[in-house]
Amino acid sequence: MIALPKTPRARREALEGYIFLLPWLLGFLLFTAGPLLASFYLGFTSYRGDRSWPDWIGFANFTKLFQDELFWQSLKVTVIYAVGFLPPGMALGFGIALLMNQRVKGVSIFRTIYYLPSVITGVAVAVLWGFVFHKEFGILNSVLEWFGVTPISWLFNSRWVMVAFIIMGLWGVGDGMIIYLAGLQGIPTELYEAASIDGARRMRRFWNVTIPMMSPTLFFVLVTALIKTFQIFTTAYIMTRGGPNYATYFFSVNIYNTTFVSLRFGYASALAWLLFVLIFLLTLLLFRSAKFWVFYAGEKEEAA
Amino acid sequence: MTVGTEQIVQTSADDEGRKLGTAETIVTYIVILAGAIGLMFPFAWMLSTSLKPLDEVYSYPIIWIPSQIVFENYIEVFKKVPFARYLWNSFVLSVLGIIGNMAGSSLAAFSFARLRYPGRSFFFIMMLSTMMVPVWVTMVPTFVMFSRLGWLDTYLPILLPAYFAVPFFTFLMRQFFLSVPVEIEDSARIDGCSSFGVFFRILMPLSVPALATVAIFSFFFYWNDLLGPLIYLRSQMKFPVAMGIASFQTEQYANFALMMAAATMAVAPMLVVFFFTQRLFIQGVVITGVKG
Repeated sequence: MIALPKTPRARREALEGYIFLLPWLLGFLLFTAGPLLASFYLGFTSYRGDRSWPDWIGFANFTKLFQDELFWQSLKVTVIYAVGFLPPGMALGFGIALLMNQRVKGVSIFRTIYYLPSVITGVAVAVLWGFVFHKEFGILNSVLEWFGVTPISWLFNSRWVMVAFIIMGLWGVGDGMIIYLAGLQGIPTELYEAASIDGARRMRRFWNVTIPMMSPTLFFVLVTALIKTFQIFTTAYIMTRGGPNYATYFFSVNIYNTTFVSLRFGYASALAWLLFVLIFLLTLLLFRSAKFWVFYAGEKEEAA
Repeated sequence: MTVGTEQIVQTSADDEGRKLGTAETIVTYIVILAGAIGLMFPFAWMLSTSLKPLDEVYSYPIIWIPSQIVFENYIEVFKKVPFARYLWNSFVLSVLGIIGNMAGSSLAAFSFARLRYPGRSFFFIMMLSTMMVPVWVTMVPTFVMFSRLGWLDTYLPILLPAYFAVPFFTFLMRQFFLSVPVEIEDSARIDGCSSFGVFFRILMPLSVPALATVAIFSFFFYWNDLLGPLIYLRSQMKFPVAMGIASFQTEQYANFALMMAAATMAVAPMLVVFFFTQRLFIQGVVITGVKG
């Protein structure tokens, strides 16, 4: 039960609170909650974007989905990318953060350089990578050639294209690095001192102090990276348009095409809701798993 | 709580609280340096290609450093497409987006951080949970709504949401407001200042760093955004840079020299902004990340 403000002053403050909240509240209703409910409804219709009222077709979109090869392909591609990118991406970002946390001169310049690729993103960079991966004129193949690797057709070979996307993803692990660094610097030095006094060597201190103290940060980065990875769009749209032979037909590319190429608004809404539920369930799963591996300092120690 | 940038920019004590040995330092340097060179390669390559005479772009083996620096590729880009127009459109979109995000988010953030009213924490949780909603779920109805309003091929669908408190920026501003001591506000209130007065005369002037962070993030968002323009814009003269390059790419796919010149021009403003505002940038990431 919400208590209503009693004094005139509190009432005035409440009124002011709502006035300041108004922009968000309107935006929430118009651009999030409203469309969210509308797309849920559209998922059960065969709406095609015309001016007539959408026809209710029950679960037809969802039953169709399970026989839709493109849906399964897009789901497969998205999951493969997430599995192929997230673990090395997390490890690399964390590894770089550990290196950057060393007391060496000029480290701030390097930090800028490592952070840069995760900031400079978008269409121009996707175009640039399209050229980097070019079979004859791209730099990646010419660097690999020094090591005797025969030129690979990165973006036109369905076996290599996912590797190319993962390489490009790894180029931008710097945003995780910044968060890890802040986390590393938040670990009290006394913990390391105490561990040293207890005779813990370097590796032991890493596993028993750094990792547990960093686990909330790692968890946060993992959750946000997962949500982002499942929605990858621009790079796929620019570099491959989902090809070759649907090898990079990510979930979001499928939703985009279903909406704006095939104009199947109802079906696209069903797809989008499925993506939402999928991301939600995966996040929930991560939160459930947290109690097994995420350590929160100040939490009550369980009976050992 | 705000995390001072100094804390991040400075290197903290090594986990052992001692200096590294010489051998270790050298190895660390080599690894860091190799990685840095690898990361900068694509950018260097982009710049070098954009300045090459055409025959050197397609030579084999690859020519790393052009024999002479030419600006023809850049000139060609402006001749083939209205690139100056694209740059201007991106600039306009960014400025209007920045204003919207600063205004919308700070109003709502003030409400969340400083005023007490029934349902505040409920609304705050609602706002946080909408940060998880993928754009894809709201895309279809939002598109239908804006097209019914006759706003296709205008900037309204792209810009309007910024003026209604984007959750990420609202959260960032709220975290900042929470770090401002309440005492400053209390003394103003005793002097008869209303909430509006507190907001405009006290909190806003103190929030310049946080507002700058919001501005930088929204600049990067609007400069890079492809999905919005792709969905809503039709006429070429209204395209921002990202969309312009995307459409340019479909015509000039194989013309790498031109593509790289265009890409360099699109990336350059971001590089400049990033180098001058790094600290704020990092602070923003840390405020919303670690303390979130």
